[in-house]
Amino acid sequence: MTNSPIEVAALISLALMMISFFLAFARLARGPSTPDRIVALDLITVITMGTIVSYIFLTKQVVFLYAVVVLALVAFLGTVAYARFLERRAL
Amino acid sequence: MIGEWIAAILLVLGSLFMLLSAVGTWRFPDIFTRMHAATKASSFGVGLMLAAGVVYFNDGWTIVQSVLIIVFIFLTAPVAAHMIGRVAYLLKIPLWEKTVVDELQNRYDLKNHELASE
Repeated sequence: MTNSPIEVAALISLALMMISFFLAFARLARGPSTPDRIVALDLITVITMGTIVSYIFLTKQVVFLYAVVVLALVAFLGTVAYARFLERRAL
Repeated sequence: MIGEWIAAILLVLGSLFMLLSAVGTWRFPDIFTRMHAATKASSFGVGLMLAAGVVYFNDGWTIVQSVLIIVFIFLTAPVAAHMIGRVAYLLKIPLWEKTVVDELQNRYDLKNHELASE
């Protein structure tokens, strides 16, 4: 059924995204310091965006790009807010 | 037809870059080296995947959205990485033991946030 090259590529890409998600989550769980965890969370958000983009090629529904736009907006706010919070606590 | 192949290659290449970034985040020894892997490679990977979307769908609104996402990621990822690195330095998180140079050492006043010259 999935014979067209773009669907095979989307399946491969989803598998790679899953492996990267597990690696980033391992860093999130283990990371010795809090900034390590922030970096891992940031990476997990970007990986989620990549997963949604791969899923677009499976379903051919371009509507999901709105979710990617929103994630790109929200991820930056989360990271910066957490960094500011840590900085104020450090001083 | 050729566009479909190009989009497939771009998609797999982008996800390979994301995998590289995750492997770097897991394997590197230091918060600053981990940031180097997590920020740059992952933004480039998402950019490649969105480029695959632009090539495959070739639709006006998709192009606008993809360009918007790419511009926004490339604007905000360095800012976020700068904030995290600054906080990590202010929290005195130890550098890797084989670090060659720490240019802020004995020059940055942690209380007043002033940078002294030679």
